[in-house]
Amino acid sequence: MTMDQQFVTVEGRAIPIEGERNLLEIIRKAGIELPTFCYHSELSVYGACRLCLVEVAGRGVQGACSTPPEPGLDIKVNTPQLREIRKIAVELLLANHDLSCPSCFKSVDCKLMDVARRVGVTSVRFKPVQEKAPLDFSSPSIIRDPNKCVLCGDCVRMCSEIQGIGAIGFAHRGHQTAVLPAFGKGLGEGECVGCGQCANVCPTGALVPRSEMDEVLTALADPTKTVVAQVAPAVRVGLGECFASPAGDPVMGRMVAALKRLGFDAVYDTTFAADLTVIEEGQEFLTRAAAGEKLPQFTSCCPGWVQFAEQSFPELLPNLSSCRSPQQMFGSLVKEMLPEKQGIARKDLIVVSIMPCTAKKFEARRPEFAVDGSPDVDFVLTTQELARMIDGAGLRFGSLEPESLDMPFGFGTGAGVIFGASGGVTEAVLRFAAEKITGKPLASVDFAEVRGESGLREATLEVGGKTLRLAIVHGLANARAVAEQVVAGTSEYDLIEVMACPGGCIGGAGQPVPKDLADRKRRTKDLYQCDKTFPLHKAQDNMFVTECYDKFLGDVGGHKAHALLHTHYQSRRRVSDETLVLLSGDPAQTKVRVRVCLGTSCHLRGAQDILTGMLKHIVENGLENAVDVRASFCFEQCAKGPTVEMDGEVMTRCTLESVLSALDAHLRNPLPQPTKPSAGCGCGCGK
Amino acid sequence: MEGPILDPQHAAAAEAASGGRRVIVCAGTGCVANGSKKVLDALEKHMGEAGLDVVLEFRPEGHGDGVRVSHSGCQGFCQMGPLVTILPENILYTKVTADDVAEIVTETLVGGKVVERLLYVEPRTKEKCLGPDQIPFYQRQTRTVLKECGFIDPDDIREYVAHGGYAAARKAFADMDAKGVCDVISASGLRGRGGGGFPTGRKWEAARVQTNPKKYVICNGDEGDPGAFMDRSLMEGNPHCVIEGMMIAARGIGADEGYIYVRAEYPLAVRRMRKAVADAEAAGYLGDNLFGSGQSFRLEVMEGAGAFVCGEETALIASIEGLRGMPSPKPPFPAQQGLWRKPTIINNVETLAQIPRIISEGAAAYRSLGTETSPGTKTFALTGHVSNTGLIEVPFGATLREVVLNIGGGVTDDRGFIDEKGFKAVQIGGPSGGCLTPDLLDLPLDFDSLRSVGAMVGSGGLVVMNQKTCMVSVARFFMEFTQRESCGKCVLCREGTKQLLALLDDVIEGRGTAETLSLLETLGHAVQVGSLCGLGKTAPNPVLSTLKHFRKDYEEHVFEKRCSAGRCKALAMPTINAARCKGCRLCVKACPAGAITGEKKQPHVIDETLCIKCGACATACKFGAVEGI
Amino acid sequence: MEPCLAPALAETAKFEKLCGILDRYDRHPARLVPILQALQEEYRYLPQEVLSYVATSLRIPEANVFGVATFYAHFALEPKGKYVVRLCDGTACHVKQSIPILEALRARLDLTEAKATTPDMLFTVETVACLGACGLAPVLVINEDVYGQMTPERAVDLIDAIRAKELQ
Repeated sequence: MTMDQQFVTVEGRAIPIEGERNLLEIIRKAGIELPTFCYHSELSVYGACRLCLVEVAGRGVQGACSTPPEPGLDIKVNTPQLREIRKIAVELLLANHDLSCPSCFKSVDCKLMDVARRVGVTSVRFKPVQEKAPLDFSSPSIIRDPNKCVLCGDCVRMCSEIQGIGAIGFAHRGHQTAVLPAFGKGLGEGECVGCGQCANVCPTGALVPRSEMDEVLTALADPTKTVVAQVAPAVRVGLGECFASPAGDPVMGRMVAALKRLGFDAVYDTTFAADLTVIEEGQEFLTRAAAGEKLPQFTSCCPGWVQFAEQSFPELLPNLSSCRSPQQMFGSLVKEMLPEKQGIARKDLIVVSIMPCTAKKFEARRPEFAVDGSPDVDFVLTTQELARMIDGAGLRFGSLEPESLDMPFGFGTGAGVIFGASGGVTEAVLRFAAEKITGKPLASVDFAEVRGESGLREATLEVGGKTLRLAIVHGLANARAVAEQVVAGTSEYDLIEVMACPGGCIGGAGQPVPKDLADRKRRTKDLYQCDKTFPLHKAQDNMFVTECYDKFLGDVGGHKAHALLHTHYQSRRRVSDETLVLLSGDPAQTKVRVRVCLGTSCHLRGAQDILTGMLKHIVENGLENAVDVRASFCFEQCAKGPTVEMDGEVMTRCTLESVLSALDAHLRNPLPQPTKPSAGCGCGCGK
Repeated sequence: MEGPILDPQHAAAAEAASGGRRVIVCAGTGCVANGSKKVLDALEKHMGEAGLDVVLEFRPEGHGDGVRVSHSGCQGFCQMGPLVTILPENILYTKVTADDVAEIVTETLVGGKVVERLLYVEPRTKEKCLGPDQIPFYQRQTRTVLKECGFIDPDDIREYVAHGGYAAARKAFADMDAKGVCDVISASGLRGRGGGGFPTGRKWEAARVQTNPKKYVICNGDEGDPGAFMDRSLMEGNPHCVIEGMMIAARGIGADEGYIYVRAEYPLAVRRMRKAVADAEAAGYLGDNLFGSGQSFRLEVMEGAGAFVCGEETALIASIEGLRGMPSPKPPFPAQQGLWRKPTIINNVETLAQIPRIISEGAAAYRSLGTETSPGTKTFALTGHVSNTGLIEVPFGATLREVVLNIGGGVTDDRGFIDEKGFKAVQIGGPSGGCLTPDLLDLPLDFDSLRSVGAMVGSGGLVVMNQKTCMVSVARFFMEFTQRESCGKCVLCREGTKQLLALLDDVIEGRGTAETLSLLETLGHAVQVGSLCGLGKTAPNPVLSTLKHFRKDYEEHVFEKRCSAGRCKALAMPTINAARCKGCRLCVKACPAGAITGEKKQPHVIDETLCIKCGACATACKFGAVEGI
Repeated sequence: MEPCLAPALAETAKFEKLCGILDRYDRHPARLVPILQALQEEYRYLPQEVLSYVATSLRIPEANVFGVATFYAHFALEPKGKYVVRLCDGTACHVKQSIPILEALRARLDLTEAKATTPDMLFTVETVACLGACGLAPVLVINEDVYGQMTPERAVDLIDAIRAKELQ
């Protein structure tokens, strides 16, 4: 300690100031766990829960979270006045809370319950004032129960500050204040990508992952069904937290044992599919790099990111790897191979994923991941749900004898397993690509350059004389920043890995609710430890994967591989919301859909006259029911305006004449409505 | 351009030379609502017809033998409006309608005689008063900030300049530096008029020392306190004075941009401020290189959108930034990190309107009025059960007695007649303030004295209440207001005000117990200490101060289940005064519950078990025989 | 002009105005409040699709625009009547018995706090915190016109007169 060390006095003890941002951090460093709802070290200071109030000598009562440390401050944290205010604040919340605690999903880790106990609430002196609001079941990933919301805003700030989305926000005022998606609609109807980080920071049961436990239990109880599980890499470093296992304790074997006891017929490892992903995606990258096309390549294994890109950056969709995520590769492959192998019908094979992720629930329901309506992955359970099922079955997790995964889909390499941490996909692809480029085995499989905690990391690697520029991103706000660079043409990256959740999948919202940031670090460390203990570390060394290509898939990147392992994307810009309906007849009779850009630039170029002329033409020729006309905001073709979109085809430098003749052509030759993504593989394999 | 196109020295000289006949029609919101625009139109018409040379626009060279006719901002005596002032005699005509105008023109303007029936009659002495010099309401005031307001034409920058306007700004920019300006304001002891009474000089100094080259000045015209309209009157009556104050503030801290945030409920103030800003820009008072100083300053008027909490500094900033007006924790203070995270000072309208005078006349002159710790004057909006309602200005330290009984002319009963024994309370400071009792009549009105009795100056609303006022209901009224206006961010304010309101409802509806009262106090204290912003911290004041000063009102409701003021319906029990009842059966017909019985021409009776306390009987009765509701 | 074309053209004209308003404020997110004010002046309320459009063009989340639109009392997300009758319930008006006026108005128009607009879209009745015309308490404002020293009877007469005028 140096002479000029500065101190703050907390309850009579001098505590050094060591770069803390606020008094709360100092007080916690002093070993006093002041309760808070609305303080999160990764989010901006909000100051609303009023639980961290402290008395500062000479200044009175202040919020510790919002007061910067100054040398000489003398702080009391537990005076009778402060204790009473904290108690009142919690009682006030309880008076406006749905107290159906025993049946609440958050009952085991509810912060409100914990804080109520700690501040000594034994009864609520105030009247119940809650007006019940309906629950929101619209999202496949998250259930929103406004009756349990304490309005701490953690979810709102998580969604906007870390995820850069803002799918939910505060609405109304005063006692009517609520956290709502835009216009009070459902979460599933707006910009939410289902990452579930809101639920991860929610102190109560107001936002919880949507459970599929009942559906899985029903399938398990059905003797006609063969139920198999795939377990994602990150689950093995999270599940133990639910059973108070010590850090680094390998729980995989006991998890397999538990799943078998629950009735699963086979337990496989998503790591196997991750290895496949490495090979397909690595090959794709090498092909693109060689051709200099569609670069930078974005990873596509994170469903939150994929949906975000579809909604916010449709222009970048060609840059996304066309590879399905490991979960979906697993599903399509297993549903293709197992029924034949085991002589069962596809409909009787149920694939259940155990995932650290809530967005995977949405991903599994995407129509493109189903064959004639039968999904490749039937159900997705989060790590938390699995823990509950184990509990619910009365299994003593700690005393289970470990069992082995089933083969062949239960075998994965260290490359696949590190998918669960931010930087892992990049590293796994490098372990593949480097050998491909150099043609020589790697001396060391560790690429420390791409590991780390920061939400936006860059690495430049020299591989076989080639320079690879990499970016590793987690948190969608960071992804947005990088994507904007790519759109603007200022990015020089070759490969960009994006994970929606902080830290990657280990920080997914399906994981046990982290107590603090240290949990995330510990999970990452454990995952790299798994890599170390695995016998193999490179996806291309996975002999079961090789066998799979040899006997079933054919060439890497070949047609069958494409059909089963790749996908296509579509713009999900919410078109209907961005337009104003000007003329809309009977939808059943509509043949042509026209959108006229009335953005500033198009307007200046005469879009208004075109619109008026066209409307006139439509009415004069009695075409009101055949044409749907909308005014739109901007097609981002401003330099080439006026712009008109007709049945999805964008026409630039329009004149009234060109629009009318195009309209007539379309009316003579209408597309099937509504427009669907173009048929074919769409992945670029040419099939 | 070198400097402003108008030379104040020259213009003032011209105005002094003119000094001719002038007719001023009050065009404050109150008078406009009562038809003052029609009066103005009629004046123009009739004067023209009478062959008078009507001068509608200010002429710097004077208007000679012509009669200048103009409108003004609020003259303060709103209840007596529309007001017409005739100069140079300084005659004040009250409650003037368009029909009176012909007579005013022929009698006064042409004939030089007074129209007696339009003069104000002092209700106690029944004497007619010729003009403000004789009317106690005006006589006993000290109008400095309001001096020009109600006299000059607010829409005419030339007239403001002619009255010495923008001379202080010239002095600040041409002859003083930032520190010099802050020093004078600090020395004057000026305290913020918006509520808290924070020393203005200290606020400016905190912003001045910030090194960030970009700074902002914000004028807080979001006067949300129900029962207050001082800022409105200033913005409507003397908008240039507010602008000049902001210019000097900009000089004092080194800002080049400012916002005037006006409450949306004040469309006239918005219009006049916008015009004034445009005129000041056109005249070169706003723009670049002001008075050759090299410093720029530009202003924008922004209209609020209906949120009381935006009167709070950080919420107001959020609102200007296009966000929900939710306060954020301080520190950082706006002077350090305000609008767009740049150093920002936010001053209330009335505070800014004091600035030009302080710069012109110096700190010592300013301190000659008011008290040691609260120098200067304060405007109050005097309303409620008082004979003279309106906008007044007195030095800090004037007593409540002076304001209510002398300037206000006494407390009135429900019919508007003076009731010497009617005084029950004065609510001061709006929803953040407290209630004062008759035994505090000699309390000097200043920041510190008021705080010592649990009230605050607030923005300066003074609502007088007579004996027929139920103080629990008054507390409930304010609690409902703050509850509704709470931004909903912090737990103590959002949930606490809701529960305080529920507890008050218990008292008012007869469910109160001794615990209700103690819980009101406990919770009130917690909300006061623990809330995030000023709105929450002061929200319990009306409850706590009435609990302190009018505990009997509460105890009567709780223990006797009675509201002696008869305002609380659930506790009211109407009875029929047999002496007054003529037995007309109107109440019997009006009663929806069939609770009233009685023979024709015999006194009726109310059956307490059937009565639903709706009050229909009292409304129906023509003889005032129904009592207690 | 063809009858069917008129509404489409009216919508187009409105859309053009909407773009004009956005441009007037440089499509800057910080100008959200004045933008919404201008739009409300144009549309008399804030239709959902307009808010969506504003969000897109200002590049801010819809939830934020919705949050701002629901925070401020002046913004209406439902259409209001042709005559917006606002009764001041500031302190001065309240102590001078503004509530009986409100009750009389609501009774006359068959409205409640929850149902503020008449089915014929002629009247909306609401309270306002303080209009700052306390000297005239109690005060009633119908659209832009201020009426002072109101009584329940006079208020009902005013409404009746407007209705009679509208029926002609």
